[in-house]
Amino acid sequence: MHFEAGVGHIGGNLSALDAMLVVFHDYLQGDDKFILSKGHSAGALYTALWSVGRLSDDDLKTFHQDNTLLAGHPPISGIADIPFATGSLGHGLSLASGTALAFRLKGSASKVVCLTSDGEWQEGSTWEALIFASHHRLANLTVLIDHNNLQGFGSTADVASMSPLWERLRGFDVDLQVIDGHDTDAIQTALAVTGERLKIVILKTVKGHGVRFMENRMEWHYLPLSEAQFAQATQEIELA
Amino acid sequence: MALEALQARLGSRFINAGVAEQNMVSVAAGLARQGLEAWIYSIAPFCYARPFEQIRNDICFHNLPVKLIGNGGGYGYGVMGPTHHAIEDYGVMLALPHMRAYVPVFDEDMAAVIARAGAGQHPAYIRMGRGEPPKGYAVPDYAPWRQLTSGGGPVVIAVGPLAGTYIGEFNTLPASRRPKLWAVTELPLEHNPLPAQLLSQISQSTALHVAEEHVRRGSFGAELALHFLESGMAVNRFHHHHARAHHFERYGSQGFLRKSSALDPASVMAALQNN
Repeated sequence: MHFEAGVGHIGGNLSALDAMLVVFHDYLQGDDKFILSKGHSAGALYTALWSVGRLSDDDLKTFHQDNTLLAGHPPISGIADIPFATGSLGHGLSLASGTALAFRLKGSASKVVCLTSDGEWQEGSTWEALIFASHHRLANLTVLIDHNNLQGFGSTADVASMSPLWERLRGFDVDLQVIDGHDTDAIQTALAVTGERLKIVILKTVKGHGVRFMENRMEWHYLPLSEAQFAQATQEIELA
Repeated sequence: MALEALQARLGSRFINAGVAEQNMVSVAAGLARQGLEAWIYSIAPFCYARPFEQIRNDICFHNLPVKLIGNGGGYGYGVMGPTHHAIEDYGVMLALPHMRAYVPVFDEDMAAVIARAGAGQHPAYIRMGRGEPPKGYAVPDYAPWRQLTSGGGPVVIAVGPLAGTYIGEFNTLPASRRPKLWAVTELPLEHNPLPAQLLSQISQSTALHVAEEHVRRGSFGAELALHFLESGMAVNRFHHHHARAHHFERYGSQGFLRKSSALDPASVMAALQNN
């Protein structure tokens, strides 16, 4: 998709893809909602929705093309599984908190999952949302943090360090887990944990996961693939 | 006593969002997306200026019927200083898709405004101010457009509570020179068009004055002028009286700041005499 469209953000899509696949295949049910706060991983979200039959092959072919629903960041409407247009960082956790609170007020057992990036925790609004969700003990909300350590244009530790982020979050009234974000069994197990408080799962991930020349390389935050790179990446994935 | 009575009435549905306006707006969007009726409230600038992107992306893009109530619109917080003034509020809000604005004229308008804004399936911004009719004035029933004074003078349109401040002064003039004062509460024009009677008066008037406690850019006056240009309607001399603060070095009450902007009754009366 990204190669054919000639667009970047591949690294952060690959770091988040495993978690999104588990969320859509093994966790969400009924009216449960998923909110992608790191909207620049829309490609992974569309792929996950395709994998559960919510988008078609033809839909995916329109990614980033004129007259598409599948914009570079999640659209306002047209895809029922996408409740909000995201792409400006720092909105998703508040939107997810409002959604979780609505479920509680309505007496619904539905759940909400919100996926943020790690760089996104530099947004003040994300902390506003954490304070709110923690204070209101939104136990029907799970926050997944794609902790791939890289952002534009450097490592999160070099740009504005909160390292390690989990130590900062431990100070809140939340249930916190830190797991391998590419271990699908561990993700399933973490999602299955229930409690009385907001649940945060820090996914230790690798930017560009699955393609060696991309892994942990900052430039794959934004670079598109050349034809040769695409061929190499495809070969690696097929051999894996 | 501020919001305690409302809190008692709403119980668990009254949520103090804390000092976190961006989160407040997006949480309201999340609630509204699930079909709940969300109203949010703060001092006006903290309600629309701080969380602008959240209002744009999370409420307006999705046409969610969240209602924003900004208290102390215009120069309402007067001497509290410039951070508390809201003089570009409805212009900023009306630049967003689906948004409508309500600027009640009198305190008695609030029930009708809340009901009308609440009934609409769209985002809304309510600029609350303090009604200032003359003592003993019989406030007319609510309407989005109301004519408050009549006479042979020019047409004056005022947005919100400012209209009430002119009634007394205009009524001191003889009927032959007394302005036809209109108050408008609901914006934009697209959803609250000019009444036929007002259009007729404007076409026959020697001048049209528009007064609003809002900066010129993004103002009701600017929208009205564009409307006239597009519709081909001829207007004899158009005068726009608008907020000028953010440029002042001295602060004062709402009355002081209105006077500094030439929006007070005496300044508007003087402008009328010159035309």
